[in-house]
Amino acid sequence: MVNNFSIVVASTNGSGSLTANLILLRSLFLMGIPVSSKNIFPSNIQGLPTWYYIRLSSRGFEAHRKNAEVLVAFNRLTFGDDLANLPSGGICLRPDSWSDAPEREDVITYTVPVDAFLRDAGIRGKNRDYLSNMVYVGAIAQLLGIEFAAVEQSLGHHFEGKESLYKLNASMVSIAYHWVGDNTQKQDPFLVAPMDSNKDKLLITGNEAAALGAIFGGVSLASWYPITPATGLIDALSILLPKLRIDEESGKPTYAVIQAEDELSAIGMVIGAGWAGARAMTATSGPGISLMTEFASLGYFAEVPAVIWDVQRIGPSTGLPTRTAQGDVMSTYFLGHGDSQSILLFPATVAECFEFGYGAFDLAEELQTPVFVMSDLDLGMNTWMSDPFEYPKQPMKRGKVLSEEEVSEVGFSRFADLEGDGIPYRTLPGNRHPLSAYLGRGTGHNRDGKYSEKPADWEQNMERLTRKFETARELVPKPIVDEPDQARLGFLAYGSTLPAVEEARALLSDRSVPSGFMRIRALPFMKQVRDYLEHYDRVFVVELNRDGQMHMLLSMEYPDLAGKLISISRNDGLPFTAEQILEQVQINEPQI
Amino acid sequence: MNSKQSTRVNEIGLAYSDYRDLPSSLCKGCGHDSITSQIISVAFELSLKPHEIIRLSGIGCSSKAAAYFFGRSHGFNSLHGRMPSLGTGALVANHHLSAIGVSGDGDTASIGLGQFKHLLRRNLRMVYIVENNGVFGLTKGQFSATADLGQELKYAGRNEFPPQDLCMEAIISGCGFVARSFSGDPQQVRELLKAALSHRGTAVLDIISPCVTFNNASDSTKSYKWGKDNAESLQDLHYVPVREEISIEEFNPGQSRSVELHDGSQILLQKLDQNYDPSDRLMAINHLETARQKGEFITGLIYINQERPSLTEVLDLVDTPLSLLPEGKLRPSSKALQDILDSYK
Repeated sequence: MVNNFSIVVASTNGSGSLTANLILLRSLFLMGIPVSSKNIFPSNIQGLPTWYYIRLSSRGFEAHRKNAEVLVAFNRLTFGDDLANLPSGGICLRPDSWSDAPEREDVITYTVPVDAFLRDAGIRGKNRDYLSNMVYVGAIAQLLGIEFAAVEQSLGHHFEGKESLYKLNASMVSIAYHWVGDNTQKQDPFLVAPMDSNKDKLLITGNEAAALGAIFGGVSLASWYPITPATGLIDALSILLPKLRIDEESGKPTYAVIQAEDELSAIGMVIGAGWAGARAMTATSGPGISLMTEFASLGYFAEVPAVIWDVQRIGPSTGLPTRTAQGDVMSTYFLGHGDSQSILLFPATVAECFEFGYGAFDLAEELQTPVFVMSDLDLGMNTWMSDPFEYPKQPMKRGKVLSEEEVSEVGFSRFADLEGDGIPYRTLPGNRHPLSAYLGRGTGHNRDGKYSEKPADWEQNMERLTRKFETARELVPKPIVDEPDQARLGFLAYGSTLPAVEEARALLSDRSVPSGFMRIRALPFMKQVRDYLEHYDRVFVVELNRDGQMHMLLSMEYPDLAGKLISISRNDGLPFTAEQILEQVQINEPQI
Repeated sequence: MNSKQSTRVNEIGLAYSDYRDLPSSLCKGCGHDSITSQIISVAFELSLKPHEIIRLSGIGCSSKAAAYFFGRSHGFNSLHGRMPSLGTGALVANHHLSAIGVSGDGDTASIGLGQFKHLLRRNLRMVYIVENNGVFGLTKGQFSATADLGQELKYAGRNEFPPQDLCMEAIISGCGFVARSFSGDPQQVRELLKAALSHRGTAVLDIISPCVTFNNASDSTKSYKWGKDNAESLQDLHYVPVREEISIEEFNPGQSRSVELHDGSQILLQKLDQNYDPSDRLMAINHLETARQKGEFITGLIYINQERPSLTEVLDLVDTPLSLLPEGKLRPSSKALQDILDSYK
């Protein structure tokens, strides 16, 4: 039970418990132990229950686990259920003042005198809630053997530059830590011990990583409308851009962040800026994508670069704003009326959020079309460990843009397919050559961009757009494939289900059942997908939505192989666990 | 245009025809075509550089007009009611550009009222022309939100809802240049357009532009007859570009007032109404409301306030347009990446 268990902190939202939880997470991280976290929080500002899961795994597993062995119970209202959810042999830490609290004989309960600590320290008012959280930080650190120095360092990281706050919090942590050391006899097997796994590693959310990536991709305009869980991405941009993108010569920003009046306007600005030649993006979630459909459709047809981050949450409709899903895949792929197709990228790790953060701009400008990056709440808002992000290896790809001189030499026809790849040339406003001008439009047009109702013009244009989409298949990020020898079963997944699939495969491997894995990183499908599907007897398509949307897309694209595809799809708002995947595998493969 | 004008060139060597684009496909006698002519004429006269201006529109009859002028300028015939957001993005991406936008009353007052008002809050450098005829033309005669209360149309029956006054909406939204005119008064349209082009922020020109096909009953406030009979002009206008010497003597000093625009050019208002002061917001609102009650529409420069900075001034961007920044300015160094990643360790 060393470094292999989960902690769940049950508290009340708005009480400052996230700070305490992040300090616990970072303390374990600093001890070199592989950790991951899940913040299960309400769509509310203050007073509703919230749970924070920290998983320690010496093997580096990062998937969600249904039940934690260690309960930090700081919400009396949910305590009954929280205690009931503990596995037998688990432990519970709670305030000593809950005189009527239920007990379980198969659970070890420790109590701490929270009220007494606060009273003795003279803490009053709203600081009481904040500092009672520091009590559980100190107490659980002592119980589990978390190094006090690591906790202090985490406190220092969090309260950097705020000396008095640091002292106030550190002193409460210390009081609890030492009181538990002096007054509590440890009776359980859950312990932590230093490891050497986290050298050079980062602790970062997907939203922050995405913002960093966008900044290194040259984002010049970000317009947005607030929506959970995408807000953190723009918040990170607003914090990081002033640090990274002030022009050295003039001291002025090389970017604009604009909060729009709604999502229609947010993407409208992105399309306008993309048309004018700037790298522009927005970040939203499902309800915002619905509103952005009209402009996305214009972007597809008028061939305007745009980057749209969809940090997915569970839908339909308003759904559960603070719960995760991969439910926008099908609708976003075919977003818009008429014949329409989108480029979708699926980051699965924070490192990929960074990589796609800049890569999406290259793709959007090369292909002159909106590119959707399909993150989700789990990836975007939770804190993950990662190796440091690699600086972009290639220069930016700005696509086929003609300068004045080039227009002089070769002329300009906005929608002519000169290279046969379906990608036309464009010019930017400000170009002085008289022939460079054209009127962008969402109406039918001929190859010169002029309005046309001729059937042949329409058909040729749409055929070229299809050709462009075929070109996209070669430009989007390739799938990641792992194909061990003798594997008969394959998995196919995308995005944030990665940790659960990897863990399920490792557990199968422990039982001597090797399995292949293809992780799709983009739509449209590349040709490797067919090769992969052909290779296996059965392929489990794992995804976090009710209907098995990727499974349906694969079945449409490869009808001859659809019979061997088995959908493992579910969604209750929580991330997949490895056990949930294994259960479904076993239903289909009873001999395993 | 006659051949004399087509051969004459302006200060930057462009002919009148260089500011045209495709021939209009609107109905014969449409007020919108008259406005298009004035746009072309003013651009020619002011020697506007085609690469420094973009033309924008939404969807509808009026928005088709973006294809009829400035063939040498980039432009975007965008989505219904969404010209403001697309224009905002383009003008932030390249803040050396300014825009002329043509919209209609359906595009602005019905589907696009929200974006219209938020554009004015942000204050981009755009001349926003509403070719206002109170009716949806392209879908053949439904009421728009500027249609008169109680008006009757063959297709749509009787309109039971009060009209939106776009000049009132503009003033309330913080717009710093609000004018109304009538497409049958080309002289006034021209002078207002010239002044609007010198305004640093968004200038709204609500131009009553009768629909000859669906809304030209003589009792409609959007008809030619009604416009001719009931337009009450606030002032005679004369726009003086910055490069011309201002000859105030041309006007009766007791009756004229000069408003200096941000680029140094001036608009001279010869007052018909002695008490009217277009820099007085309350008076402007009061005047609009009084005119409404009397069943008149006032034309001229209704409100001007040049104090508010435009969005790109507020953003205080680097001088090179964002759209033209080289990679060296867009991608921070690998050292910068190392440093920022260290803060996540």
